[in-house]
Amino acid sequence: MPPKAMGKGKQAGASDISRRRTTRMRDGDDMTDIGDGTENDDWMHSKALVKPDDQLDLSEQQLKEEFTRILTANNPHAPQNIVRYSFKERQYKQISSVDQLAIHFALDGNMLHKDSDEARRQMAKLGMPDGEATGLSLISQAVQSEHAGSEGGEGAGAGAAEGEDQQKEESSSPVNEQTELEQEPILELGKDEGREDAATPAPAAAAGGKKLTNQFNYSERASQTYNNPYRERGTATEPPPRATFSGNVTQWEIFDAYNEDFEKQEKNKEKKVVPGRQAEEKTRKKLTITETQSDDVTRIQNAAQIVERMVNQNTYDDIAQDFKYWDDPSDEYRENEGTLLPLWRFTFEKAKKLAVTSLCWNPKYKDLFAVSFGSYDFMKQGNGMILFYSLKNPSFPEFIYETDSGLMCLDVHPEHPYLVVVGFYDGSVGVFNVERKEPVHRCTAKNGKHTDPVWQVRWQKDDLENNHNFYSISSDGRIVQWTIIKNELIYQDVIQLTLPEAPAEGPDGTKVSTVGCGTAFDFHRSNDYMFLVGTEEGKIHTCSKAYSSQFLDTNLAHNMAVYQVRWNPWHPNIYITCSADWSVKIWEVSDKTTVDTNSENTENVSTRKPLFHFDLNNSVGDVAWAPYSSTVFAAVTADGKVFVYDLNVNKYEPLCEQMVAVKKKTKLTHIEFNPVYPIIIVGDDRGNVTSLKLSPNLKKMPKEKKGQPAMDPAQREALEQAKLDKLLNMVRDPPADVSKAPAATEKK
Amino acid sequence: MATDVEETLKRIQAHKGVIGIIVVNAEGIPIRTSLDNSTTVQYANLLTNLTMKARSVVRDIDPQNDLTFLRVRSKKHEILVAPEKDYLLITIQNPSET
Repeated sequence: MPPKAMGKGKQAGASDISRRRTTRMRDGDDMTDIGDGTENDDWMHSKALVKPDDQLDLSEQQLKEEFTRILTANNPHAPQNIVRYSFKERQYKQISSVDQLAIHFALDGNMLHKDSDEARRQMAKLGMPDGEATGLSLISQAVQSEHAGSEGGEGAGAGAAEGEDQQKEESSSPVNEQTELEQEPILELGKDEGREDAATPAPAAAAGGKKLTNQFNYSERASQTYNNPYRERGTATEPPPRATFSGNVTQWEIFDAYNEDFEKQEKNKEKKVVPGRQAEEKTRKKLTITETQSDDVTRIQNAAQIVERMVNQNTYDDIAQDFKYWDDPSDEYRENEGTLLPLWRFTFEKAKKLAVTSLCWNPKYKDLFAVSFGSYDFMKQGNGMILFYSLKNPSFPEFIYETDSGLMCLDVHPEHPYLVVVGFYDGSVGVFNVERKEPVHRCTAKNGKHTDPVWQVRWQKDDLENNHNFYSISSDGRIVQWTIIKNELIYQDVIQLTLPEAPAEGPDGTKVSTVGCGTAFDFHRSNDYMFLVGTEEGKIHTCSKAYSSQFLDTNLAHNMAVYQVRWNPWHPNIYITCSADWSVKIWEVSDKTTVDTNSENTENVSTRKPLFHFDLNNSVGDVAWAPYSSTVFAAVTADGKVFVYDLNVNKYEPLCEQMVAVKKKTKLTHIEFNPVYPIIIVGDDRGNVTSLKLSPNLKKMPKEKKGQPAMDPAQREALEQAKLDKLLNMVRDPPADVSKAPAATEKK
Repeated sequence: MATDVEETLKRIQAHKGVIGIIVVNAEGIPIRTSLDNSTTVQYANLLTNLTMKARSVVRDIDPQNDLTFLRVRSKKHEILVAPEKDYLLITIQNPSET
């Protein structure tokens, strides 16, 4: 249809149909469409109105009516009311505004913003220099650096570019802090972009050949939410206290742990067994507490003792070596001669004025000996001392006890080495316990104290009630037995040494019975009830504990006081005596005196001859048998000499006669053999104790045959006895021939 | 008791040839000495280690055994160490002094 006709036809409708063509004012004239005139010229022959048949007939007025046509931008194809279901409100809702956009034509263009990525890349590719640093927007800069960062290892140039970029970034960042915050979110964006653009070529800040791997141009669209600024919040806790813990595990630590565990178990057992002793345990606990609180220095007491001994050993090293190992080799060439090698000398400051009155080796500890100090001088009586020395520490005694009265004798209990009995010059006796400072017992005047110095004391075996007891002998003529019953000393006179003479008459006619003065005694080693007593008159009494008034036998042994009497350790019937009359004599107990009830015995003093008789040229202070041989003995004299005899070797001459005292005019007072080591200790009247080692010739012991087991004590005893018997047979009186006795026993 | 130990230590110190003595406690700190400070500290540290090692040797061989004392003899002098339960008593002596 021709456009003109169409226009007219629609006119009549007055609808809202939008038109694209602008409306034209319709004149009354014919509309001549000049624009389209050329096109309409073809089929428009005349200007006559052609009125179709179905055209509306309108009046003139109606025809002049003006109708306004408005062209809007509304899309005629777009629906006017769109209703959508809203799930939220669960109803259909009309969409208020409908999109009116109608795209008639779309054409993608290829123009780039000069600051966009792609533009830059292209510019770089073309070799155009990059814009100035200041000209760069921060946004793109950040993105760029992110790109550079995400594609590491592109090339040296890229790396440098990256560095440069970052530097630029850093230089600009302090300038503009605000943008930094923006930068961060943008950086993240850039990162995302970077990941997406991983394939895209790296931005080239500086010139240089770039490897463009992908020519595609990506455009991205992203939106950024607001990122909250980050704030770091942290708390720091106090670090837990640390301690380094380290442990060693060694075999002995395991052993110690087991031991402790074992002890605990034992204690638990004990606790179960004795639940009633809680009080004791409490006191024990208190003790232990005080111990641990005590001074640090006391803890090292043992160590100090050990170190003192070590130091002494170092100082007296040569002596210690001699003691252990030296054997005089020249003894091989000198038969019948021996020497005494001086070892240590034990002195003590406070004892220098005192004389050694007794020596005793400790039965348990073979290197410990006890020395008692006093004075033999009647006029000069002072205090006394007991010192315990150990060979391991020659410079200082182990224990020191001071007493007010001089001590004359001392004995260590064989079974209880801590108990020491002493006899005082004032006639009393005392018992010391080494573990304590004070004497345990001390007898008093009422309690049986002697009226004269006690010359010898000796422990006995515990009696039937297991009480300790000991004997003492004194110049007042009494031999007293003391028993310790319930911490008290109880005495009992055993024997009174009566003189055979008739009681002398005192000045006013009363008869004063004189008693002998006992100076020494010794108990038989196997027959405990039999003992020998030496007196000041020179007599030796053989007594028995059973007989309190009579002696078994009396022997006029010496002319002067008997200082020591000792049984032979091996032979049951032999004893030795020494006296102030310069002689040492060896006796045998004759058979007829062992069982004697003769009441006349006291008068019938036997004038037996000694088996052996030695003259030592000065008052003999002490004599002692050697423990290792039945034929060896030693004696000390007042002129400072020690004599050692071995009857097996030489019956008449000493093997060794040696001056031991340092200064002249020192008398040697006592001598003792060590039961184990081949040494003797000698005490003098200046408070010195000297130890000497016996040379091999002096300590000849029976040789054991090779291959045979060691001799047991019984065998040894038999051997020793046989040895002595052989000797004795030579000197003994033949039993039948009494008349020939003087001639036969002539010293030869 | 304390005086006895004190006297013993004094005697040792006064003994012929003894150069000095040091008492070291359980933590290795010298609590008593007769030498100067630096020497003391040196001796204490070195000898504590040596003593522990020596004790460990003795006890490793036989756990029932224990170290009684330790002597280190050198050209110039001898060091004597006596360990006590956690304590150590060190003495330096010149044995050849006459």
